[in-house]
Amino acid sequence: MIKVKFRNLPTQLSLLLLALLLTFSTTTYAQEESAEAATEVAPATGEGDAAAGKTLFNANCAACHKLYKKGVGPALFGVGDKYDKEWLYSWIRNSQELIKSGDAKAIAIYEEYNQSVMTAFPALSDEDIDNIIAYTYTPKPEPTVATTGTTNVGGDGEGPTNNIILAALALIFLLLVVMLILVNKTLRRIAEANGVEYEEGEKRLPIWKAFAQNQFLVFVTSVFLLLASAYFAYGWMMQVGIDQGYAPVQPIHYSHKIHAGANQIDCNYCHSSARKSKHSGIPSLNVCMNCHKNIAEYNGEEDLENGYTKEFYTNEIKKLYKAVGWDENNQAYTGEEEPVKWVRIHNLPDFAYFNHSQHVTVAGIECQKCHGPVEEMEIMYQFSPLTMGWCINCHRETNVDLKGNEYYQKIHEELSKKYGVDQLTIAQMGGLECGKCHY
Amino acid sequence: MNNISDTNMASNKKYWKSVEELNENSSIVETLKQNEFVEEIPTDDFLGDKDTLEASSTTRRDFLKYVGFTTAAASLAACEGPVIKSIPYVVAPDEIVPGVANYYATSMGDGFDFANVLVKTREGRPIKIERNDMAGNSEVNARVQASVLSLYDKNRLMAPKVAGEEVSWEDFDAGCIATMSQMTGKDVVLLTQTFASPTTAKLIQEFTTQYPNVRQVIYDTVSSSEAADAFQTKYGSRGLADYDFSKADVIVSVGADILGDWQGGGYSAGYIENRVPKNGKMSRHIQFEANMTLSGANADKRVPVKPSLHKQVLMALTGGSMSGLPDNVAEAVRSAKAELDSAGAKGVIVTGLQDVAAQSAVLNYNESKGSMAMDTDKPRLTSMGNTAEVTAVMNGVISGSIKGLITVGVDPVYSFPNAAFADAYKNLEMSLAFAMKEDATASLAKMVAATPHYLESWGDIQTKKGSFGLAQPTIRPLFNTRQFQECLLKWTENEKSYYEYLRENWETNILAGESWNKAVQDGVFEGDVELEMLETTPAANVMETGTSEGALLPNSQEGSMELTLYTKTSIGDGQQANNPWLQEMPDPISRAAWDNYLTVSAADATSLGLENFNVANGALNGSYANVTMGDVTIENIPVIIQPGQAVGSVGLALGYGKSAAIQSEMQTGVNAYALYNNFNSVQNVSVSKAGGIHEFACVQLQNTMMGRDIIRETTLEIFNTRDAEEWNAIPMVSKDHLEIPVTSPDADLWDSFDRSIGHHFNLSIDLNACTGCGACVIACNAENNVPVVGKDEIRKSRSMHWLRIDRYYSSQESFAVDFDKKENISGLGSSLSEFAELEQASENPQVAFQPVMCQHCNHAPCETVCPVAATSHGRQGQNHMAYNRCVGTRYCANNCPYKVRRFNWFLYAENDEFDYHMNNDLGRMVLNPDVVVRSRGVMEKCSMCIQMTQKTILDAKRDGRSIKDGEFKTACSSACNTGAIVFGDVNDHESEIYKKKHDDRMYHLLEAVGTKPNVVYQAQVRNTKEA
Repeated sequence: MIKVKFRNLPTQLSLLLLALLLTFSTTTYAQEESAEAATEVAPATGEGDAAAGKTLFNANCAACHKLYKKGVGPALFGVGDKYDKEWLYSWIRNSQELIKSGDAKAIAIYEEYNQSVMTAFPALSDEDIDNIIAYTYTPKPEPTVATTGTTNVGGDGEGPTNNIILAALALIFLLLVVMLILVNKTLRRIAEANGVEYEEGEKRLPIWKAFAQNQFLVFVTSVFLLLASAYFAYGWMMQVGIDQGYAPVQPIHYSHKIHAGANQIDCNYCHSSARKSKHSGIPSLNVCMNCHKNIAEYNGEEDLENGYTKEFYTNEIKKLYKAVGWDENNQAYTGEEEPVKWVRIHNLPDFAYFNHSQHVTVAGIECQKCHGPVEEMEIMYQFSPLTMGWCINCHRETNVDLKGNEYYQKIHEELSKKYGVDQLTIAQMGGLECGKCHY
Repeated sequence: MNNISDTNMASNKKYWKSVEELNENSSIVETLKQNEFVEEIPTDDFLGDKDTLEASSTTRRDFLKYVGFTTAAASLAACEGPVIKSIPYVVAPDEIVPGVANYYATSMGDGFDFANVLVKTREGRPIKIERNDMAGNSEVNARVQASVLSLYDKNRLMAPKVAGEEVSWEDFDAGCIATMSQMTGKDVVLLTQTFASPTTAKLIQEFTTQYPNVRQVIYDTVSSSEAADAFQTKYGSRGLADYDFSKADVIVSVGADILGDWQGGGYSAGYIENRVPKNGKMSRHIQFEANMTLSGANADKRVPVKPSLHKQVLMALTGGSMSGLPDNVAEAVRSAKAELDSAGAKGVIVTGLQDVAAQSAVLNYNESKGSMAMDTDKPRLTSMGNTAEVTAVMNGVISGSIKGLITVGVDPVYSFPNAAFADAYKNLEMSLAFAMKEDATASLAKMVAATPHYLESWGDIQTKKGSFGLAQPTIRPLFNTRQFQECLLKWTENEKSYYEYLRENWETNILAGESWNKAVQDGVFEGDVELEMLETTPAANVMETGTSEGALLPNSQEGSMELTLYTKTSIGDGQQANNPWLQEMPDPISRAAWDNYLTVSAADATSLGLENFNVANGALNGSYANVTMGDVTIENIPVIIQPGQAVGSVGLALGYGKSAAIQSEMQTGVNAYALYNNFNSVQNVSVSKAGGIHEFACVQLQNTMMGRDIIRETTLEIFNTRDAEEWNAIPMVSKDHLEIPVTSPDADLWDSFDRSIGHHFNLSIDLNACTGCGACVIACNAENNVPVVGKDEIRKSRSMHWLRIDRYYSSQESFAVDFDKKENISGLGSSLSEFAELEQASENPQVAFQPVMCQHCNHAPCETVCPVAATSHGRQGQNHMAYNRCVGTRYCANNCPYKVRRFNWFLYAENDEFDYHMNNDLGRMVLNPDVVVRSRGVMEKCSMCIQMTQKTILDAKRDGRSIKDGEFKTACSSACNTGAIVFGDVNDHESEIYKKKHDDRMYHLLEAVGTKPNVVYQAQVRNTKEA
């Protein structure tokens, strides 16, 4: 396919013009980046180092317990008030023993939480437990006030943004032009008043008339214009049906940036069938719940400019709970399921066969090669054009990695002898044949 | 369904034009339905008046501009892609990976077909039936292959019904139990198919113990009662002697279609094992029969004999007198007898005569010779019905002595040969039908229990003593159905589910300590357990009601004919008549689809004034005939003149002419069960010509090879004694006036590709092993989403089958004589007359079958003529077809010497004009997601199942291993029961296909054309002494 380099030029130009227009017509406001709500570690009701407790809590307890909310186990805020220390020591070190001993409190809590057994932590010293208890007294941080929608005029301390500088410059420029014209006018008037003769330019044919009269120029120009428009028309036509950059709004705002980027979750964890099937598969909701059973709130970075606050993300997690039928308060599935209707982004036509496992497992290609920097995508979009030309190009350029794959050994030996090369491209292996992808 | 786009759901939306439409009685809506506008448009006022026209501000040019502009705007707007939704599971089942097929072993037993199968499912939908290689003696025929589509039949019952109203199962149970208690003391018959299911038998026994007024009668729609009677008399237990024809050197069959549905079918693999010459030997098969059957077509010697003479032929073979037989038959019997005698224990006689004496004679003869082919220790248990009992039930219902009838898996209102039964059935006190569809019986029954398809059910079968099969559900029931066994459990107040009951029964009585899970996984189980034979009738009973008069007596009446009723390879007993794959499958012998018809011999046709002729577009037309038997007359049966039909006999297929629960397109043919008097397949009838002309959908219009070597064949003697060059010569072509073999590089216009590296696929078809059964045709349909086009399109030669099985008749007594005749033609006069003669099939022709699919030519004529390079060659030997590139010039089809390319004249999916399975959501569930559904205007053809070869390669790559021989398969090669179709990589020199390719019998179809196909054929060898 011939690639038209500036096929988006008309669009880009018009966008630029629009942007320029907007620069002068609207005022933009910088938004205050709300300060990270620092988790203040409050001093506990006495002894115990809350900071050390936090570390211990995150390492040992956080999988099942939260401070202010029920998880697999009860919320731990102020747990020291509910139970006496000695009881807590023995419960934490070995809860089962305590239950067996017939302790009423222990049995009650055991029954309340569906007889789920708490892991024993015999290694924790009294001091450690004290520290953890101290940490549990950390007061709940005040929710940050949503700042989206409200407009703070001006930026405090941040200085004018680029747009404002540009606007000011443009204004100055305009003033200068006006001044120049005015000066010119005044000078002429003075010259007239003083009777100073100045040479009037010879009345020449206006340039457009001269151009119109020169038939050769007209011809060349029209040929050029026709060619140029054909070039752009072709480019425009060729992008019909190509949805590169397609980023539909999804029913749940799922951020690959948070999952694959910040949390470094392997793509194959959720898209597990990419390794063995032609489909990469959209993960079923039970896969989400592997983690989100415990992660009910978002506590990561925010992007206030786009309105992605912690509440916003937490709200999206709630949507997941609703779809999968998870009752957060009772930590149980209600059975009221409602499958999520995701909008499909990568739509290969039916007549093209593509197999993920061939590329992921056999070839060992990174997902990013075709899907782009997914770990940076707040909203998932189609990175590659997914055209046949794009596929073929890669097949032409990429060498097949044949090491350690018995299947390829013989074929590789014979083929490399035939072509007299060490490395074979996919094309040389027959990867350009129509029937390999169209059946 | 994960990841499957739901764009097609969009078409189901109903758009309201206005609120008015909600009002059913609105006159405006009614008017709008008829007319586009409520008021008439005053076109005449406007266009008729010149002045107004000229005064109009819109000129013609302006109008055209607007049209142009709107078209451009509309097409630009259409560039926007649709929004496609993807809906994953909420909780994904562990075993399902979207895009990866799962296979489940299960068993089918619908009373006519019994098979152990593998079911391929994708995303939880069964999409294909395959052979279960673990099952030794189970074959998967075309009907079993097609049964997966019957699962998605939109005419299925969706819920139980009482008095025509859908009810809940609770209400239904209550109603049934109430009725059953009302019926206490009255005669109620439980009329069932043969289940061959040990667990069901146990359950029925428990049921009849609780309701002692209920008795079970087994009714096989197509009866083998006399054979079972004879077996029971001789050996004490009811069953059918089993045969393994691989152990026979001489097979003599008298009216037994051993390659068809005789005794339940499934003998072809054993038969073929000894029909492919090995070490210079193959078995010899002599067939005495009236209709032309698959067995007769495959036999070395076929003797057409009227049914009334069959018993005498049989008796003569087993030592009786030969007087009264026509000379040619007597001669054939004499030589057959001599061959049998010399074969000794390696000989076997079989018969399809519905006569206890004849069947006993066969058993006695085979036993006295110690025939190794017959197995009476482990009889078949798949056809246990007793004609006398069934007749008694039929008469009991008509006379009113039977008050209640429960039918399971049978449709007596349709299939009983007595018209009075339907009325009597309506007046029964209790009528309860277990049915998958609202068939003739269910539509008259007071209570109808909707039963699931076998792919939705648990179950077991014992096809042969000691050979068990388990059935497991492969999909959740699509409708509100419940299987018969589950109902019995409910009604006998058993708390268990049928699964638990089945498992318990297996673990205690069958498995003998083996693992249940393994049995379910394998789907088959071989055990030496002696089960109480519950489905039997006491032997004494048989002798009393003796059906020894089953054999037809000669009838010398004027205009009388002897009718043989048979079952077609495609439709069988008619249970799957609503299956478009089967309806469109051409009959292997007549090559006609979408019909049943009266087969008559050419001689009788002439005397009766019946004719067949081809019309301008080539399609076959034929006369109608009326057939009368006693006071039953079937009018307007289309007639096909059948070469090989015994003079004085006619044939007619059962299973057609259904009208209940079957869509109009599939209501084909006439109901021949009306003539199935006494459940005997031979009858004396009279045939007369009727007015009118019938239009057939016949896919093969040229019946002979005209002496060409399309099918190469030779005799065993020549094969053993002479060089291959003599009987399998490579054609010569002329270059510079010198004769050179067509395979020589000098005869080649092209540079050949280097195919020595990587895979090079070849497909071999052994004409000796192909019986013509057509299982591959249906397997190909299922694998490749081949559309069904309907009768009218078939008539226009627009059949879409990627794989066809050509059938050729010899014009003389054998193909060899045809060849000689052609060679000896000289001069114009002789060529005109003799070529015309060669077009006519002989009275008793030799028959040959040849599966033909795209030959994947290395020098493909289609590839060079495609103007858009839509068809191109792959290095692996496959001829690729890129549908989305095809513009539909059809040059390729014109240039193909094998005529295997198929053009999509229409859009066959989601098109009301082609209302078959691809036109409804349910039917489309059978589509293979790995293969594109082709659109209108593109060419398609056999791809050599490239999706399967690619998958095999990918699996090997993923595991990092090389591919073993036998891993590469196509749909047809894996469906072939006899191993006639072998597929593989010829670059693997250890492979079977490599050996086939270098076999002496190997040849290419139309080799002289020089196309160098990747499909090879193995020349046919006949064990004939005559030629």
